[in-house]
Amino acid sequence: MAERFTKSMARNIYLGGSTFFILLFLVLTFDTQSRAMPERDNRDQLTEEVVRGKHVWENNNCVGCHSLMGEGAYFAPELANVFDRRGAADSEVFKAYMNAWMNAMPTNIPGRRQMPNFKLTDQEINDLSSFLEWTSKIDDNGWPPNIEG
Amino acid sequence: MKYESQRVAMPYFIFALVLFAGQIVFGLVLGMQYVVGDFLFPEIPFNVARMVHTNLLIVWLLFGFMGATYYLVPEEAQTELYSPLLAWILFWVFAVAGTLTILGYLFVDYATLADITMNKLLPTMGREFLEQPTITKVGIALVVVGFLFNIMMTALKGRKTVVNIVLITGLIGLAVLWLFSFYNPSNLTTDKYFWWFVVHLWVEGVWELIMAAILAYVLIKLTGVDREVIEKWLYVIIAMALITGIIGTGHHFFWIGPPEYWLWLGSVFSALEPLPFFMMVLFAFTMINRRKRNHPNKAAILWAMGTAVMAFLGAGVWGFLHTLAPINYYTHGTQLTAAHGHMAFYGAYVMIVLTIISYAVPIMRGRPYGNSNTAQVVEMWGFWLMTISMVFITLFLTGAGILQIWLQRIPDSGEALSFMATQDNIALFYWARMIAGCFFMAGLVVYFGSFFIKGQASFDEEVRGAAIQDA
Repeated sequence: MAERFTKSMARNIYLGGSTFFILLFLVLTFDTQSRAMPERDNRDQLTEEVVRGKHVWENNNCVGCHSLMGEGAYFAPELANVFDRRGAADSEVFKAYMNAWMNAMPTNIPGRRQMPNFKLTDQEINDLSSFLEWTSKIDDNGWPPNIEG
Repeated sequence: MKYESQRVAMPYFIFALVLFAGQIVFGLVLGMQYVVGDFLFPEIPFNVARMVHTNLLIVWLLFGFMGATYYLVPEEAQTELYSPLLAWILFWVFAVAGTLTILGYLFVDYATLADITMNKLLPTMGREFLEQPTITKVGIALVVVGFLFNIMMTALKGRKTVVNIVLITGLIGLAVLWLFSFYNPSNLTTDKYFWWFVVHLWVEGVWELIMAAILAYVLIKLTGVDREVIEKWLYVIIAMALITGIIGTGHHFFWIGPPEYWLWLGSVFSALEPLPFFMMVLFAFTMINRRKRNHPNKAAILWAMGTAVMAFLGAGVWGFLHTLAPINYYTHGTQLTAAHGHMAFYGAYVMIVLTIISYAVPIMRGRPYGNSNTAQVVEMWGFWLMTISMVFITLFLTGAGILQIWLQRIPDSGEALSFMATQDNIALFYWARMIAGCFFMAGLVVYFGSFFIKGQASFDEEVRGAAIQDA
């Protein structure tokens, strides 16, 4: 680097640049969280059931195999739109599907990927279903591209 | 080694390497489960093996960063470490807590683990990379605070160099951002948004400060280039890292709920994120070209060049491949993401830790000019085997990802293959990745082997110039 460009100039770019962008990031975060998100995540439909379902999701480390809105592991199918894919976007159909599915695990088909049986109660399966249904309705800019997730 | 207390870095490096080996073993288990689905089921389900693989990585990198810090901060500050005893105590606390957590993952059912660690009181578990029981998270926070106290007391009483200031700024950032791991709101979109404050702002933010500072330190030592020059480069690199990386967080906000302006902000700023890594390549090669001395530790020089190049490829190029929103719409959450993750972590953070280990461990073992030539040749074999294997792992996962996108993402609903049908179609790439993984393991064994070869390099091998003050 040319000698005219001194160390203190480099330091000032670092300090000024990072301060500016940290502040900008905070402003954008405030706007995203306080103005934009309430309209996009349907938080008015965040029922007790949905909240309990999130804990079922977490306590069994579902994200260790599945992705949810594209985040997580890539070993098993995307679940943010499983309500549409397997439940035909109908709460009752989806809950019945979930109940049958969770209790049928593991398949024990030799050589196939296996999902453990988490021994969830009917109530827990219902809560989990509600959580996944709520998740499917978040405005996520139209992702994923198709029903397969 | 100028200060006796620098030696406390040694247990940190050794334990880091032990955990590294564990990480690779579980990587092989995962690779196998991708092709033989029921491998080790039900003893080690995929989610358990993955959690062990990723958490071991995070913990051993933290051990590596701490070892690097304990080694270089006293030397930069020209003073003994404030409290070697505290460093030893924290080592054992962290090692025991980390080991217990991993054993908990392996031998206790996850829901039971959440239960017995009283996750209910402050639920933080069950989120990717933040799977640790809340009590472990508290433990990590306490260890880091004690560590920072020790380091800052050391730095403040001595010479204040730019390397120390940047390194400690990065470590403070690491500690502060860790606090977001305790925030787990019941609204999934808010949870995900702030989850990235830990994950993205670590690896694409403050960790880059840590990496750049360690690289700068090693280059000062190995090349003898004037500190003023190196510090100027360091400032420019970290300026680029934060200017691009902070708003670059937006590339994670495309499809998880936040509004559309993040599509633009995230795309533009993260497209610039390769810049600091490109600067690191220029930095390393320019400094080595302008070297004032030929350091006999050639293996360490190789690691320093390697980490710059591989970080640029893995974090920079492979990140850019899928960071623009219109592309990411199709690639998000596919094997392409996995490809990028592997090479980026290896290139940037695994290799920078192995760089400082390559430089500092021989000195701590009483070999001030590095290991014997034979040991260095073996170490370099380890370097090439691991690095080339990682290139192939990345290429095979990229192939798998492109095919997955082609079959599962691009066609319309009804015509697209299902997730599992797609996985069957790309199995060949997973087999190839598995083979590359085995070569990586072989490289690791060779690398470990280099530590058991006796002898040291001599001062005579220094061809150009005399040993200088910063030797």
